[in-house]
Order: sequence, then C-alpha cells, then structure tokens
Amino acid sequence: MASPIIRIDNITKTYGPLTVLDGLSMDVMPGEKLALIGPSGSGKTTILRILMTLEKIDGGHIELDGEQLYHMPKAGKLVPADERHLQKMREKIGMVFQHFNLFPHKCVLDNITLAPMLTKGVAKASAEARAKELLDMVGMADKAKSMPAQLSGGQKQRVAIARALALSPKIMLFDEVTSALDPELVEEVLNVMRKLAAETDMTMLLVTHEMGFAHDFADRVLFFDKGRIVEEGKPDDIFRNPRQERTQTFLRKIIAAGHRV
Amino acid sequence: MIDWSGYLGLILQGALVTIELTVMGSALALVMAFVAGLGRLSRFAAVRALATVYIEFFRGTSIFVQLFWAYFVLPFAGITLTPLQAGVLALGLNVGAYGAEVVRGAVRAIGREQHEACVALNLGRYQRLRHVILPQALPLMLPTFGNNAIELLKGTAVVSLISLTDMTFQAQVVRAQTGNTLVPFATILVLYFAMAMAISAGMRWLERRASRGLDGVRV
Repeated sequence: MASPIIRIDNITKTYGPLTVLDGLSMDVMPGEKLALIGPSGSGKTTILRILMTLEKIDGGHIELDGEQLYHMPKAGKLVPADERHLQKMREKIGMVFQHFNLFPHKCVLDNITLAPMLTKGVAKASAEARAKELLDMVGMADKAKSMPAQLSGGQKQRVAIARALALSPKIMLFDEVTSALDPELVEEVLNVMRKLAAETDMTMLLVTHEMGFAHDFADRVLFFDKGRIVEEGKPDDIFRNPRQERTQTFLRKIIAAGHRV
Repeated sequence: MIDWSGYLGLILQGALVTIELTVMGSALALVMAFVAGLGRLSRFAAVRALATVYIEFFRGTSIFVQLFWAYFVLPFAGITLTPLQAGVLALGLNVGAYGAEVVRGAVRAIGREQHEACVALNLGRYQRLRHVILPQALPLMLPTFGNNAIELLKGTAVVSLISLTDMTFQAQVVRAQTGNTLVPFATILVLYFAMAMAISAGMRWLERRASRGLDGVRV
C-alpha cells in the first residue's frame, strides 16, 4: 500500500485565546479527493491555509510527499523551516481561493504565466503555450487577453484554477471556491473541477458548502466541528447515514438552507 | 521708461535654476520615498527604525532649517556643498520623507488576498513586490506624488536664502533695481503657476498610463 502524501500529526493552531485546531491528525493518500465539511469556524479552511503556509502551526508536524513542511533536518535534528525550505515545499501545493485573488493589473494569460516564468524559469513561449492549453481546459481560451475586471465571477475562478495548475502541483487545495459566486455561475466552476478529477491523479482537498458536489466528487468526506474531525467516511455514509448527532444537525441545517445533498 | 527685456532675461535664468532644482530635488525625493517607504515595511526592525527616524526628522523640522544645516553646518563636518547641491539635498530629503509615507500607505492598501495569491504561487519576497504589489500600488501613489512635486516646486524659493539665484531671488533683484514690485512678481506668479500646471498635466498622463487596464477595479 502506498504511503500518504499528506500526513498531519497532532497539529494545534491557536489565535490568542481561541484554539482553532486541537491536536488534529489525519492522512491523505496520493490521488485522493477529500471533502472537508462543517460549520464555519470549525477549522476546515485553516487546515488548507496551513498546508499552503499561509498560517503557521503552533505545534505538531506535517509531512508532505515524504518531507516535513514546517521543519527541516539539520545536524540530525528537526528544526523550524526557513523561507527557502518553505519555498521548496510550496512547489508541491497549489491553492484556489474563495475570492479568486487574480492579479487585477495583468491579463488572463499573464496571470497564468507569471509564476512559472518567475519561479521555475520557464521560457515565455512555452509558459504561454501551456497557459493556452490550461485555458482551453477550463473553457476560457477566448479570454486570454482579457483583464480580470472584464470577467464574471465564474470566469475568474476558472482562470484562477488554470493559474494554480500551471505550476503542476501534486496537491490542489480548493477553499470554498464557489461560495462567492452567483448561483447560476457555480456549475461552470464545478464542471471544471469534475473534469480535473476525471483527467488527473492530483490529490485534491476541498472545503465546500456544496454538499451535492462533495458527495459526487469526494472519495472521502471529513466532518469538522470545533477543530476536530467528528466523523469521516465515504460520501454515502456521511450524507445518507451520519452516525454522529453533530453531523446530523449540521446536514439538517444545510438542507434547510436550500443546499442540495 | 524701464527696458524690461533684460530684466525678463534675469527672471528666465532664475526660472531655469528653479526647474533644475525641482527636477533634481524630485528625483532625489522619489528615491528617498521608495527607500524609506519600503524600509518602514521591512521585516527587519533596525531598517524600520532607521526609516522612521529619517521620516519623522525631516517631516518634523522645517525645510528652512534643513537647508541652513546642509549649506552652513555640514562644512564643519568636512562636507562642503555648492548651493545647488545643498538645495537639492535639503529639498529631496524633505519631500522624500513625505513621499515615503505615500509609498507605505499605497503598498499597505494592496489587499491581503494579493499577498496570499503570491505565496500560493510561490513567488519570492522581491518577486511579489516587483511584479504584483508595486504595479498595483503605483497608481495609488501618483496623485499624492503630484501634490508633493508641486510642494517641492514652491519650496525651491527658500534656496534664495543660501544665495542660489532661483526665480524668486531674481525677482527680488529686479525689484531692487527697478523699484517696481508688480511686474517681476506678477511674472514669477505666472511662471510658478505654469510650472505647477505642467507637473499636474504630467502626473495625469502618468496616472492614465499606470492604471491602464485597471478600470473598474477600483474607484
């Protein structure tokens, strides 16, 4: 059996007096599609942000693809990672944000080619060729020269997905990528993600309130509450037969709020 | 009847000195604004402290006193400057201190989400600043930079105190020689105004260029 690509070991994260993650451990297998669900403030987005090195951890260890994320070996001991180590580790991970975070001063094509050219030294011509392939995949080939401000939310998010893919990460993090979209634009983004899941063996972690999509997309669903994993299992088990009362309550509320399961 | 053409020539010579001071002073101010403004955002406390001391000192003391120090006191420390050098130094450092806060404010105004996108795309610190943050911050700085440049232009008049023959100095000369106040001072009024207008027009052009494509992104 293959070893996990992400190994989270007993991590804690606090903001002042507030404990967001409390001794959390979990493993993710290579190629696995994981959905993280739960009420807001349950720590699910924090996990993605920690994996992307946007937040530091206060305790514990994370292993990515066989290497420590926040620690590095030095003279036989593990010491806190420096910026250079983090930069090397970030090559393995990509992230798509709730609010797209495109660069407003660059056209769609330049948004995508910037990082490969700067961080991997890819030549402009091949970076652009790759960007066009990716734009084609997300159905945005005709918008390569558009500015982000000229795009709809769904289009922006599809460009953001292409931008993250351009660095060929092994792990992709999707942080509520449809939450900021008008309802009629949600589907075009979800379609891109379905395609991505079908066509690649990338490991994907998805924080979402789209329960129907999580059900179809994920191999495994984790239900979070108060910084802990309350329940985990196959989508059918979590959504059809949740065992924990907190999971049941959460799903009832979500359905009452008009989300499909 | 006074023959004004010669006196007008004097004032125009002074205008050249004023322009020279404004251009060179602005160049120094621009450099100082970025050095100190980015210095205040440094992750090194010592750099932040140094930038803060510079900014507070030059904003907190008058340009008049700074000019006297540059010209009359620095020689005691073994540094002798020409009047033009002293003028450019004092004006550039003074206005640069104000500009530094403009740079800092504009860089801080770029949202956290832009920084996070940079981290997610694995850009290094310098790359983030150079390719993502500064290109967006620059259009925010330009209107205030225009203000600062006009302030600097008007501030050049103090250099007449260290015997630099700028436009104001020459107007005083003409007034002394002809006994007429209206003509020389009306002339330099118009000339200062024309120079300020030229700066405004230049800044508007720069603003349009720098914010190209950002339409609809911010108001």
